[in-house]
Amino acid sequence: MFNYVIKRLLAMIPTLIVISLLVFIIIQLPPGDYLESHIAELESQGESVDPAQIEFLREEYGLDKTIWEQYFVWVTGFMQGDLGYSFEYNLPVSEVIGDKMWLTIIVSFFTIIITWIIAFPIGMYSATHPYSWGDYGLTFLGFLGLATPNFLLALVMLYLANQYFGTSIGGLMDEQFIDQPWSWDKLVSVCEHLWIPVLVIGTSGTAGMIRRLRANLLDELRKPYVVTARAKGMGELKLLTKYPLRLSLNFFIADIGSLLPSVISGAEVVAVVLSLPTTGPILLAALQSQDMYLAGSFLMFLAILTVVGVLVSDILLAMLDPRIRLQGGMKK
Amino acid sequence: MNEHWVSDKPFNPYETDELSPKQQKYFLASQWTLIWWKFKKHKLAMFSGVFLIAIYFVAAFAEFFAPYALEHRHTDKIYSPAQEIHFFEDGKLTRPFVYGWSFELNMQKLLREYTEDKTQKYPLQFFCEGDKYELWGSLNASSHLVCVDAPGTLFLLGTDRLGHDMLSRILYGARISLTIGLLGIVLSFTLGLTLGGLAGFYGGWIDSSVQRLTEIIRSFPELPLWMALSALLPLSWSPLWIFFGITLILAMMDWTGLARAVRAKILSLREEDYTSAAILMGATPARVIKKHMLPSFFSHLIASASLSIPAMILGETALSFLGLGLRPPITSWGVLLNEAQNINNVAIYPWLMMPVVPVILVILAFNFLGDGLRDAADPYHH
Repeated sequence: MFNYVIKRLLAMIPTLIVISLLVFIIIQLPPGDYLESHIAELESQGESVDPAQIEFLREEYGLDKTIWEQYFVWVTGFMQGDLGYSFEYNLPVSEVIGDKMWLTIIVSFFTIIITWIIAFPIGMYSATHPYSWGDYGLTFLGFLGLATPNFLLALVMLYLANQYFGTSIGGLMDEQFIDQPWSWDKLVSVCEHLWIPVLVIGTSGTAGMIRRLRANLLDELRKPYVVTARAKGMGELKLLTKYPLRLSLNFFIADIGSLLPSVISGAEVVAVVLSLPTTGPILLAALQSQDMYLAGSFLMFLAILTVVGVLVSDILLAMLDPRIRLQGGMKK
Repeated sequence: MNEHWVSDKPFNPYETDELSPKQQKYFLASQWTLIWWKFKKHKLAMFSGVFLIAIYFVAAFAEFFAPYALEHRHTDKIYSPAQEIHFFEDGKLTRPFVYGWSFELNMQKLLREYTEDKTQKYPLQFFCEGDKYELWGSLNASSHLVCVDAPGTLFLLGTDRLGHDMLSRILYGARISLTIGLLGIVLSFTLGLTLGGLAGFYGGWIDSSVQRLTEIIRSFPELPLWMALSALLPLSWSPLWIFFGITLILAMMDWTGLARAVRAKILSLREEDYTSAAILMGATPARVIKKHMLPSFFSHLIASASLSIPAMILGETALSFLGLGLRPPITSWGVLLNEAQNINNVAIYPWLMMPVVPVILVILAFNFLGDGLRDAADPYHH
């Protein structure tokens, strides 16, 4: 087990290096460097530019150096928690991001949980009652969630909640808690606001989850050991939960890997519509104003979040399933 | 002594071995015929397929099916809700018609309130002359499926901020949104087939580098990367180039799934005797893949392709909605939804959100079609 974790951790390193290279290329792609566009923008607004500040920034980020050195500066900075400098906000990126990373993680985490909670019973019902009206109806409902663009669902929910509950559900907490230290009241307020984005983002992932659980469980239920157990008179519920369900559960954990990128994607757009204080709106604004360091850091952060999520799912899976854990040490 | 009784009915000793005509037909049918038979049984998938063909047909002839030309602005009828078609007049069935359409400014709410003017009646005309257009940029025509005479208007889904007819815009938008899916899948199909094929056939370092590449691309959250890449498209590009750029970006993230499927299939088929035979007889790798391997899993590829088209259509919609994708004057469903993103619009002008209906229908249809194709893809499996 220990060996497996070490191996997985080591395998992460090249992945992260390539991801950081890709992100850096994206940062570098716009013509000119960001200081030039920054100066041009300031001058167009009729403001004077302090040459000392420009010189400071140019040196700080080594813009006079070669591309490889710049990459090196950026990556080492990133590892030390120095995420670069946002020209839009005139602040270091780490300060702009603040606790938005944590909120993104919280929203993603709860979305995955809610996806499981919705998909699990539906998938189980569909597999035990295949080709029934309930199966078709619930599957259709799942597909409907998949087909509806998240952002529009968010917009409609925003309107409905305003209309019928009289609450503004935009944001992730009541206004008085913004920028306040964490307290019990703040937590309650976050929970009150959290369910809408979580539900909206969750709708798109459930359909796939339901389909896969249904397919896995159906395959399991057709196997001879199930027939044997039934022939011996085992009750249906125990028959279902004893082995077939446990076997088809593995993929719930394994799926975090494929679920996480789509959850984060969904969260970004929904966050823009609901004006959540997560990374979404800032990433969008940064991309629109080509504030590339900020955008790059967000991208890198989201990619790391996904890679770590996959790692966690792999480790959990290895703990659950000895076949995976022992794969490395097995001799044929 | 009992006489041995022998039946004089005709007797065929090979009866049990012979195939009934139905069985014969089944065993002699080609793979694609079998796939078609199995696919036909999936009613929902059949229906979805027909629906998609119909909607692509309408999109191809959007100029004809749309009541108005794309650039036709009804400046005196902005933000009009949908008009109702009437079939009955004084309780009697007549040919369908619409009433005159006029508005009053409600100064308290600052809204235009449209009412039917029952003194005027405009019967619907089919295959009539309306706005002039150039079909596919070359054919001059002015024929429309349905329209009403001049002072009357026909806004079946209302009008937008500038007085464009929403139905016409949705039909024109279908053309862009639907081609993005098709063009994107062609690109990602080519990429996935080539890279997956190379990885599976040659193995070794090619395989492991393609594997790593797909892993890395899959570990990126799609949308943020799409956003970043499309933000890089220069603003000075013409709308057509932006369209191609967005399609390329969507395809670049999508090919990984196909590549993995192709690689896995080719890896297992490489061990088959007929493959070794073909290689030993001197067939080139391209020929071995194309002639001997591809036919056995091509149907699977089509099924998985039809399942990734909806993701691309949704991707375009989301990008355009955020203002990073296609931009006016190009009309796509995402561009149309971008105009509905204000919460006030949801409350006051809900018909601006109509473009979401075709989006949902098309995504659902592609998913059901893909489901049916996937079930039918392996006709020998029961």
